[in-house]
Amino acid sequence: MARRPRIAVYKFASCDGCQLSILDLEDELLTITENFEIAYFLEASRAVVKGPYDIGLVEGSITTPHEAELIKEIRKNCKVLITIGACATAGGIQALRNWGRSAEFMKYVYPKPEYIEILDKSTPVSDHVPVDFELRGCPINKYQLLEVMSAYLAGRAPNIPNQSVCNECKLKGNVCIMVAKGIPCLGPVTHAGCGAICPAYGRGCYGCYGPRESPNSRPLMKRFIELGKPQEEAVMAFRLFNAWAPGFREVKAED
Amino acid sequence: MEESAGQNSHYFLDSLLIDKLISALRGLGYSVIGPVVREDTIVYDEIESASQLPVGVKDKQGPGYYRLEKRGDEAFFGFVVGPFSWKKFLYPPRVKLLTVAKNGEVSIHNVDEGKKMAFLGVRACELAAISIFDRVMLGGPYVDPVYSAMRRNIFIIAVNCTEPGENCFCLSTGTGPEVSSGYDISLTEVVSDDAHYFVAKVGSSRGKSLLEHIGARGATSEEISEAAVRMERSHTLFRKKLDTDGLKDLLYKNLESPVYEEIAEKCLACANCTLVCPTCFCTTVEEVTGLSGDAAERWRRWDSCFNIDFSYIHGGPIRSSILSRYRQWFTHKFATWVDQFGVMGCVGCGRCITWCPVGIDVTEVAAKIRQREVEVSAT
Repeated sequence: MARRPRIAVYKFASCDGCQLSILDLEDELLTITENFEIAYFLEASRAVVKGPYDIGLVEGSITTPHEAELIKEIRKNCKVLITIGACATAGGIQALRNWGRSAEFMKYVYPKPEYIEILDKSTPVSDHVPVDFELRGCPINKYQLLEVMSAYLAGRAPNIPNQSVCNECKLKGNVCIMVAKGIPCLGPVTHAGCGAICPAYGRGCYGCYGPRESPNSRPLMKRFIELGKPQEEAVMAFRLFNAWAPGFREVKAED
Repeated sequence: MEESAGQNSHYFLDSLLIDKLISALRGLGYSVIGPVVREDTIVYDEIESASQLPVGVKDKQGPGYYRLEKRGDEAFFGFVVGPFSWKKFLYPPRVKLLTVAKNGEVSIHNVDEGKKMAFLGVRACELAAISIFDRVMLGGPYVDPVYSAMRRNIFIIAVNCTEPGENCFCLSTGTGPEVSSGYDISLTEVVSDDAHYFVAKVGSSRGKSLLEHIGARGATSEEISEAAVRMERSHTLFRKKLDTDGLKDLLYKNLESPVYEEIAEKCLACANCTLVCPTCFCTTVEEVTGLSGDAAERWRRWDSCFNIDFSYIHGGPIRSSILSRYRQWFTHKFATWVDQFGVMGCVGCGRCITWCPVGIDVTEVAAKIRQREVEVSAT
């Protein structure tokens, strides 16, 4: 049997939820380890196999000068670099600070803010190094990760559609809650992948998977206003886990 | 006066007989699929009795708007069409096509005889859509085996629309409001202060035997004329219109119409219009392998010309802008479809208007393109 591809899992500024999604693949973990060598995954084990690695899975956004250096080292150490989750792919919820002044926040949060060294903005990994594949979601869908890994083994492109969540709703048989109930929903501009969970339970999409390809966010924001949301709230709907992603980032209040 | 029920004649059904009709079909081994209320919407799902129908319910529709209301009567079919059409059953959203084992053995799926389904409450526009699907999937040199299998064992009970909805324009597309062919039985519902019944028309011999089997009597000439009056009235109730006169050539001549730019400003390219459309048939095919690599599967699922990867060919997508995607869909529905299949791809059901999250109205888009053309030629 050929050498199993070596996987390393890294964490930057994040909540660990995406790494937990890997561990949550309970039924598949044994098959994964039969096919891959989990060489570096501190969330799972302190045993470390030295690199270089075939695949690097990166969770978290880049928020400090130290991280900005570290991700370059990791890139050099991994043949294929895959970001997992909204933080690594879009900057995460922590990118909300990109609209504010970090120095100001720190004064209120930390007794000695002078010890904190951070970058001006929380940014996605792709702002710092080339990324081979971005897996979206807050957190990622573990089955999509499995699909990416299976595709890697088969040497094929992964089936991760970049279309809207509406596609998932319609294929699943969900009734559109925006049309039938007047509930504002980010589904039309959001990347598919979750399986349209929220609309299935009568809630509008929160945009956890970030913008889909060609998101036309402005008319959707305006529609939210027509549905009765105050303008400020309509804009804030885009300011969540993927706030800094191009496509959501530009949405702003209008006259 | 009671008429004898000869060939092509009309039968009388009351609500109890509708229930009997459902039971009889089930007895013949059909899954009966009919309208039911789910999540404040009328969708098609399997039913066991007439009590599951949306009795006394009406759907109020507008661009990007759908709400159910009480009618104030006991009508069984007092609404028009919901978000899902019969496409969901004849052309399922996801279908496994084949499996290839590691040893090279290939198995093909879903091409055997489809299950017996009876569609209850098929509207004229929907029948027209099914006939378009038949043309597209079965009519040419390449027959779709999955559709062919699913289509084989379908019993159709159609319903004439006595009250068109706000977004209905089948009168303009020549596909309604009454059904003309392709059904086993058609029903016209008559609801008044002192009566509630259905005039059934026979569309096939098996439709006739079923009506005889449940003991339906022939409809009287009064009952038939009551039904006819309602259909005549229905024609006067249409609010939405599409001017189809020379529409194909108009669209061909106006591919660069500024109207498309305006629409592209608003269009979300979310694909909802195509997914609710009863005639949109585009799919993509995905090859799936698992971690173990024991087998590969090929799945077909609904896709849309509004998704960028739909037009991905060597080198990149050919329709990267939303404008080009909207124009592709719109001109296909109303123009190129005619060249391709001999009929328009639109049946006037209005679903794309209702279920567009931002309420883009195809009839308005067509009217604007026509108006701009007039403006241009006037200057």
